[in-house]
Amino acid sequence: MPLIQIEQDNNIRSTVADSKIQRAVYSATARLKEKRSEVVSSDALPEYQDLRTQANLIKKHTLENLDHYLEQFETNLTANGGKLIWARDGKEVADFILNLAKQRGVKMLVKSKSMTTEEIHLNEHLEQHGIDPVETDLGEYIIQLAHDRPYHIVAPAVHMTRLDVADVLEKNLHVQREEEPEKQAMIARHTLREKFLAAGIGISGGNFLIADSGAVTIVENEGNARLTTSAPRIHIAVVGIEKMIPRAQDLAVFLKLLGRSGTGQLLTVYTSFLSGPRRPGDADGPDEFYVILMDNGRSRLLADPEKRQSLYCIRCGACLNACPVYRKIGGHNYPGAYSGPIGAIITPQYQGIQQNPWLPFASSLCGACAEVCPVKIDIPRILLELRKEVVESRAGSSDSFAERKAFQIYAWMMRRPKLYALAGKLASTFAALPGLTSFGPAAKWARTREVPRPASKSFRDQWRDRKRAAQ
Amino acid sequence: MTSRQQILNDVRKALGRAPGQPPAAQPQPRIVVPQISTEDRIRLFQERLEVLGGKVHRAPTYAHASSIVAGLIENSTAVASNALALRHAGITSLPNVSSGYTDEPSLRAACTTAPFGITGADYGLAETGSIVTIAAHESRLVSLLPPVHIALLSAHRLLTGLDEFYTLHPLPASKSASTVFITGPSRSADIEMILVRGVHGPRVIHVIVIDEELI
Repeated sequence: MPLIQIEQDNNIRSTVADSKIQRAVYSATARLKEKRSEVVSSDALPEYQDLRTQANLIKKHTLENLDHYLEQFETNLTANGGKLIWARDGKEVADFILNLAKQRGVKMLVKSKSMTTEEIHLNEHLEQHGIDPVETDLGEYIIQLAHDRPYHIVAPAVHMTRLDVADVLEKNLHVQREEEPEKQAMIARHTLREKFLAAGIGISGGNFLIADSGAVTIVENEGNARLTTSAPRIHIAVVGIEKMIPRAQDLAVFLKLLGRSGTGQLLTVYTSFLSGPRRPGDADGPDEFYVILMDNGRSRLLADPEKRQSLYCIRCGACLNACPVYRKIGGHNYPGAYSGPIGAIITPQYQGIQQNPWLPFASSLCGACAEVCPVKIDIPRILLELRKEVVESRAGSSDSFAERKAFQIYAWMMRRPKLYALAGKLASTFAALPGLTSFGPAAKWARTREVPRPASKSFRDQWRDRKRAAQ
Repeated sequence: MTSRQQILNDVRKALGRAPGQPPAAQPQPRIVVPQISTEDRIRLFQERLEVLGGKVHRAPTYAHASSIVAGLIENSTAVASNALALRHAGITSLPNVSSGYTDEPSLRAACTTAPFGITGADYGLAETGSIVTIAAHESRLVSLLPPVHIALLSAHRLLTGLDEFYTLHPLPASKSASTVFITGPSRSADIEMILVRGVHGPRVIHVIVIDEELI
């Protein structure tokens, strides 16, 4: 069963036992949580709940009419002089980029942080074909040098200490060892500055696609995304189709929520709104501007009106910081690029529930994720839906037959009050018999638990008696 | 079938929509512009930007702004964008300021060596301490490559916040290919959540708020 699988997973066990990682992840997520709470409090932002409701409404509307907005985006981007590329999956994304790089004679490209390109392992594809992709976000750069994977949606190197970073920089860049983050960042600035100026292509993700403008909006703090999209001659934005919003004016809502929920900032340092290649008279900017719209499992997910809300996500990472499971098992034990509660709902839906049946069970259903979600995704509800799918798809497996039957009988009885009352009476009479819990699924359950004895007088009876006494 | 057709077909099938079917009624945009006096906007802007490590200067006229810039640069050198305000203030004629680049290679070369980059700011956003560049002729690299960024902002262009900006510019793409909000100096907390400034962009940002209105 899934839960047993989680408990026995060696990787999870070793993460939980690793005090260094536990400390790093716990303190970083605590800090992010605290910063978020400060800026969304009713004193700091009285309209916070209104903004969430509006964001949810806009995302719901956009996805319900997505084909219309995709076409509107295409029309406007094309009018701005940009080119739209449609990609069904990661391979089509990589093929387009490889082809363009070959045509333009590009060997090295710079990248700003993009979970979408992590999702499709774009860097591996490019490297296999002799193209050198250089990550430029400080955390992503360290991760790339260390041949590691991002640990957190907004803080990719959150599991590493400054001493780990010192090792990575010293070993890979052959520079003098520096243990201060400030100096380490300057090493990265210096090394990557040359890359920005030499790269033939810049690849970014996109936080929002704006249908009425044919534009991509990118938020970031370091300036690396702005450099990636401004310095090279060619800019390619790789974005999932679900990132669409109808109007530039809707950004007034989303930008207020994204920075606050992710890092506790009112706005991130750089918010870029890019709508095409440089225009005549522009001092700088790319000559060629491409947006790759990627599906990769998203359209399949649209079909279910309930689970569709998984696609509302704006990747702020607030649910990771709030999640007791993420904070304990860390980011690397989630399969795929997305970790935490949002990963637990989108990864099984993108990849198919059979791939990782345990994922929806990696939750205590405490609801902290839904509480902090800026677009109000009901994550616990979707987890339950996915659990149902896992259980149903395993129907017929013998070990759970008795349990399943027992719950079916229970559900049937719950809907018949008289029968339920009778069963309650019988239970309190027969529970005194020894050995009743020593066989079947009840025995398994009782192995580590004490079986409670039903009260001699049921709640229903007490209620009825009291009512009578009051009359 | 092309990828375009396939994706649109899959999306339509999932949603039960037909090609060309108009969308359902859009939710109204949520735009709420607060009333804040100019003096209070300046105070709020200064407070918000300084929390982030930015510096705010006040200048009654463009000429004053120029002398503030000269004082900041001292004996060092600067590259200035082709923003109208900078010429008007006389900043482009300061002895150690280079400007007027029309080709990208020389602009790029100037930006990679100059310790200071000077630009205009088309708007300011008081609630977030941001400056906005939307003008087509504003350079991107001047505010990005040099370690110190100086921006000139007219107090009359200091808006309350995002909502007022999007009221004035519901379609920013009609103005330029790139609109950017800059909110404080470049920063990162990727290593142990410790704040580091100037990771890729400037580590210092000065905004000079000018009372005089540019005609």
